[in-house]
Amino acid sequence: MTDSQVLVLIDHDGGAIAKSAEELLAVARVIGEPAAVLLTGSGSPEPLVRGLAVLGVVTVFHASAAEYAQHGVVPRAETLAALVREHRPTAVLVPATADGKEIAGRLAVLTDSGLVTDVTELGEDGKAVQEIFAGDVIVRSHVTVGTPIFAVRPGVAAVESVAQVEPSVIAVRPEFSAAVGLSEVVEEVAEPRGSRPELTEAKVVVSGGRGVGSAEDFGLLEELADQLGGAVGASRAATDGGLYPHRYQVGQTGKTVSPQLYIACGISGAIQHKAGMQTSKNIVVINTDETSPLFEMADFGVVGDL
Amino acid sequence: MGKPLDIVVLVKQVPDSGAPRSLTATNATVDRETADLVVNEMDEYAIEEALRLRKDHGGQITLLTMGPEGAVSSIRKALQLGADAAVHVTDSALSGSCAVKTSLVLAAALRTLSWDIVLCGAAATDGQLAVIPAMLSARLAAPALTSARALTIDDSDTPVAHVERQTETGYQKLRAALPVIVSVTDTINEPRYPTFREIMAAKSKPILTLSLSDIGIDPGDVGVAGATSAVDDFSPRPPKGAGVIVPAGDQVGKQLVEFLAERRLIN
Ligand SMILES: Cc1cc2nc3c(=O)[nH]c(=O)nc-3n(C[C@H](O)[C@H](O)[C@H](O)COP(=O)(O)OP(=O)(O)OC[C@H]3O[C@@H](n4cnc5c(N)ncnc54)[C@H](O)[C@@H]3O)c2cc1C
Ligand SMILES: Nc1ncnc2c1ncn2[C@@H]1O[C@H](COP(=O)(O)O)[C@@H](O)[C@H]1O
Repeated sequence: MTDSQVLVLIDHDGGAIAKSAEELLAVARVIGEPAAVLLTGSGSPEPLVRGLAVLGVVTVFHASAAEYAQHGVVPRAETLAALVREHRPTAVLVPATADGKEIAGRLAVLTDSGLVTDVTELGEDGKAVQEIFAGDVIVRSHVTVGTPIFAVRPGVAAVESVAQVEPSVIAVRPEFSAAVGLSEVVEEVAEPRGSRPELTEAKVVVSGGRGVGSAEDFGLLEELADQLGGAVGASRAATDGGLYPHRYQVGQTGKTVSPQLYIACGISGAIQHKAGMQTSKNIVVINTDETSPLFEMADFGVVGDL
Repeated sequence: MGKPLDIVVLVKQVPDSGAPRSLTATNATVDRETADLVVNEMDEYAIEEALRLRKDHGGQITLLTMGPEGAVSSIRKALQLGADAAVHVTDSALSGSCAVKTSLVLAAALRTLSWDIVLCGAAATDGQLAVIPAMLSARLAAPALTSARALTIDDSDTPVAHVERQTETGYQKLRAALPVIVSVTDTINEPRYPTFREIMAAKSKPILTLSLSDIGIDPGDVGVAGATSAVDDFSPRPPKGAGVIVPAGDQVGKQLVEFLAERRLIN
């Protein structure tokens, strides 16, 4: 084991490794040698381990337990804490998803460590870059206590192709404390999202606001998104107004996206909306009101009716 | 009706997220001088949910804030929505506390209170961390039901909380026995506006002020001195170069396609 081992919690759906894993591994390589932490329920981890082999992961810590699916984040945080105590890694990386951030928070408490959330970049010196206040301020900070924990924002880090390896899989026997308060997952309900890509992973996002006018007119945005192979997003005025389902909301209280192309239709550009799309590489704005603040960040703007 | 519930709602004072915000040049903490300070928006949904629970089950609602002396203005505002009392943990040593230490202080304060359920927002708009509920759960060994979009508490003698939680792929139904920590999102309810009567009533509601020594915390363990992370530097996002803005017209479709092709976004 090298001195600079970095534990990387691998997000997966039981069958395939999430896209964020590749990004987290790339970020981990900046500060050390990544060791993947793979926590699974029933079923063979083989396809997941193969996925990690393609991503060039040399060491995989694998634990399997029904508790991971039954009790939400608590058992995952406990296993990570045990690995931290045993292996004393240089740092721990988790994806900055809702679950990932909770795991990071619990791990910080369990291991007396500091954490930085929503990291977009990590320097060789262990300094983490974050964007705060709706992306208006860029902060660099570092952890001063314990084992640094970084929740890395998905969809941001650049990935490089690495040579495939044959990982050594180290079986971890998870032990769960009886003294912690556990919640129970009673049911997982999948809501079909159709053939469109996941909002946070899409290369193109076509987003609509109050100016789209009606739920039917969102159908036009869906058509455009399908032509471009993209996902559909919405402002809070659109989701609150029932024009589009809430889980597609972009912004401070919704998803953060940074696609190659963001097309904003009938969105004024409140700070809370910008918070979720400010880092998009190219921004197209269509709005009837030329004073709409979103035009300030447009690469291409059309003043006019949708 | 089951037994009445002792409810604590965590309320944080934050700078208004609708206006530009900054960090202070001196110690890189949130600039409170220039900001318009408000009750964290999601905490209003937590308060509304508490009011609904009190209506159905009976009981007491206490607000809990950790923040500077000035945060009392937001506590009064929050009390106008209908909670019974508030607890304000304030101490000069707390300035610059990180999330890990904020959770230490809130947990210590919660140990001095009696509660069946702690309600809070899923995230505060200042740091957008969304970690405090999970940290409190770890510190207090109480289950956390997070990012709830629906909450019910059943009427049995050993009550159980049930929530629906939005996930990336759909939603989960979760449950946990009380005492429990529940964080809520802004889809769970529609917060009310205070009535004139409640605004007047809030003026005389009790606010208990606690210092660090009252809750048994060493001042050196919190604030800038006890922080688990440190800011190295910060800068405003570099402004974006001005783009092309065109009026709608016959040419617009063609111009847009040209723009997309030039940036290699379509081929
Ligand atoms: C704490 C907090 C959190 C928030 N979180 C979020 C969040 O996560 N995401 C979010 O989006 N918002 C969020 N908001 C809300 C935000 O402040 C704005 O209210 C919201 O983004 C406005 O949405 P909108 O631009 O669609 O609507 P509006 O501001 O009403 O703008 C509609 C736009 O459509 C244009 N328009 C009208 N008709 C047409 C037409 N025919 N063709 C073209 N253009 C047209 C108008 O000129 C206008 O610019 C939050 C607010 C708060 C207080
Ligand atoms: N200083 C504080 N005082 C009271 N409640 C807080 C404080 N910080 C965070 N909270 C609560 O924790 C929730 C999540 O905050 P955060 O994890 O900072 O995003 C908030 O919505 C509040 O309900």
